[in-house]
Amino acid sequence: MYKIVEARFLAVNIKLFEIEAPQIAKKRQAGQFVIIRLDEHGERIPLTIADSDWQKGTITIIVQGIGKTTRALNNKEKDDTILDVVGPLGTPSHIEKFGTVVSIGGGVGTAIAYPTAVALKKTGNYVITINGARSKDLVILEEEMKSVSDEAYVTTDDGSYGFHGFVTQKLQELIDSGKKIDFVLAIGPIPMMKAVAEVTRPYSIKTVVSLNPIMVDGTGMCGGCRVIVDGKSQFACVDGPEFDAHLVDFKNLSDRNKMYSRHEQNSLQRYEHECNLLKKANELP
Amino acid sequence: MTENAKPKLTAKERMQIQRHHMIEQDPDVRNKNFTEVNLGYTAEMAKQEALRCIQCPKPTCIQGCPVNIDIKGFITQVAEGDFLGAVKTIKQDNALPAICGRVCPQEEQCEAACVVGKKNDPVAIGNLERFVADYERETGKVELPQVAASTGKKIAVVGSGPAGLSCAKDLIQLGHQVTVFEALHELGGVLIYGIPEFRLPKTIVKQEIDGLKKMGVVFKTDAVVGRTITVDELLNEEGFNAVFIGVGAGLPWFLNIPGENLIGVYSANEFLTRVNLMKAYNFPDYDSPILDCKGKNVAVFGGGNTAMDSVRTALRLGAKNAYIVYRRSDKEMPARVEEVKHAREEGVQFMMLTNPVKFEGDENGWLQSMTCLKMELGAPDDSGRRRPVPVEGSDFKVDLDIAVVAIGNGSNPLINQTTPEIEVNKWGNIIADNETMATSKKGVFAGGDIVTGGATVILAMGAGRVAAKSIHEYVMNNAQ
Repeated sequence: MYKIVEARFLAVNIKLFEIEAPQIAKKRQAGQFVIIRLDEHGERIPLTIADSDWQKGTITIIVQGIGKTTRALNNKEKDDTILDVVGPLGTPSHIEKFGTVVSIGGGVGTAIAYPTAVALKKTGNYVITINGARSKDLVILEEEMKSVSDEAYVTTDDGSYGFHGFVTQKLQELIDSGKKIDFVLAIGPIPMMKAVAEVTRPYSIKTVVSLNPIMVDGTGMCGGCRVIVDGKSQFACVDGPEFDAHLVDFKNLSDRNKMYSRHEQNSLQRYEHECNLLKKANELP
Repeated sequence: MTENAKPKLTAKERMQIQRHHMIEQDPDVRNKNFTEVNLGYTAEMAKQEALRCIQCPKPTCIQGCPVNIDIKGFITQVAEGDFLGAVKTIKQDNALPAICGRVCPQEEQCEAACVVGKKNDPVAIGNLERFVADYERETGKVELPQVAASTGKKIAVVGSGPAGLSCAKDLIQLGHQVTVFEALHELGGVLIYGIPEFRLPKTIVKQEIDGLKKMGVVFKTDAVVGRTITVDELLNEEGFNAVFIGVGAGLPWFLNIPGENLIGVYSANEFLTRVNLMKAYNFPDYDSPILDCKGKNVAVFGGGNTAMDSVRTALRLGAKNAYIVYRRSDKEMPARVEEVKHAREEGVQFMMLTNPVKFEGDENGWLQSMTCLKMELGAPDDSGRRRPVPVEGSDFKVDLDIAVVAIGNGSNPLINQTTPEIEVNKWGNIIADNETMATSKKGVFAGGDIVTGGATVILAMGAGRVAAKSIHEYVMNNAQ
């Protein structure tokens, strides 16, 4: 049992949790993830560690409620518990002094881009961050990103805040301005990561993405998380989750992530139905 | 001798008794449920079967057993109706008889060496082992072994599969403090995530683990050694005097053919883990899904026990056609004879001397079919088995919805990534001394599939016990 010591919404449907997990907090490096299981009937899902505090013995995860498990997690509050939290898993981000780096976070992907941006800054890089969201109310970690950036940009698809447009447009603008960019990290929805890879490819800018395939054990045992990189199968849980964006087969990843869409819908509907019933029951006199 | 013991029979009379087959669920019933296929012996059947043993002065069956159980001794006790005595005899050499009685390849081990088997069917040693272990458990007369006075030594066991459990049991009995670290959320390793309920009921595994807990073994789940904590930290910071690594061979091999990442292609590890550990057959009551097998064509690649487990699981999930695709012939299949027999009875279709060359899918990435080649057997290869060679122009297509690859496992790299002083061979298997199971790192021992590559439960258990013995010597003589 792992205790939640802090829980708060950062934006609509996006919630931050601090969880007591001293061993993981002590070990964790940027780019690594945990696998959680909420209860006895729960599935195992991977979530990237956004931050940790080894003195407090806690790790931070930021969760967008999309399917049943993430919605159920987002219904948890301070002092609630999570049955299993295992990690830190995955190979840590490769951090070195590249020079000028652009760290791009799209949506909840910003939570994953953030720790690597911190590490890149610590290593002496000139850090530019692009923090993208659909609209103003979905922007997360603005202050945190700013604090580790030499230049910080926020973009919104609808123009309700910051730069009006996609993160790729902002990135193109930076490239066009003549800035020499040595390294790009992009974490967010698959179409965004793919688009970033296409922006940087003609300039041969080294670009890394963090992939989020479906996983079970997270230790290399099941092979469910295999992704195609440079034409070869790689296990995201042990060989990744970060890979060279220019070599990733995004179509395959996107297809494979839809493998259980029907199941996921079914599960979510059931869950919401149960939640509604519970709510109604609670409203009874 | 007890009162109702049979009068002494001559060897000739014993040889005339036919081998007793266990009561089984009917194939057409069991291929739709997950409960155990074999229902076991009655007490009378067990006694009768035990009478078939001709009491060889130099029993070859004992040499045939990887852990040298006193087979003649325990069978004599069964014949006398002393079932609890028999199980005690077995437990001197084998910590987990209810499990081994079910999953050991007896036909290649003790029963292959049985003298009765030279003329007749061999004595059903495995069935008898299973019967007495079940008798002990079902009558609630499980006696926990004595635990020696505390030695004050702490030992870490990495992995709670067969190697780790047997190692932990011996070490706790010797008076050491034992902590077992398990990466998954449940204990038992392959006994839980790999071997299906219909072959090894999980309650049996859980009961064995409960016994270890009662004896004082501490278990830590969600602990990935190599990630959550390293071997060096266990030795230098956590105060363990020695470490046993029994993490199994958990990195699935794929076929390396085009289309292998289409939706619907699983490793056997994933397919079985989703069903056994995550209980995906109970979706949506359990949250983990598995692709629907109902009315579908499912092919499993490989000829080992894992392949049989996967294909029989697919049948139970409702597959219309469940195929085994194996590139050699029947004779070369490494699976237990009983598993192959059960699979056939349940309706599995065997495509022998067949090798898949590619998978085809639709534009959304879903598996639709496979192309295979027929094979014929050529000259023997390194494994001593005849090498399959493709028959030119023999390619054919089969409609397919789900493919499960069960061709074995490589070694998991997590430990040697973080503890490079533990030497591994070119396949990544940890190199351990044959006699002591010691690795190249002081105080670190290893056994089971991580050393041998994919093998059997009993070999892993045997290795765990050998390691326990040398760990005991090591900590009593060397460790500070």
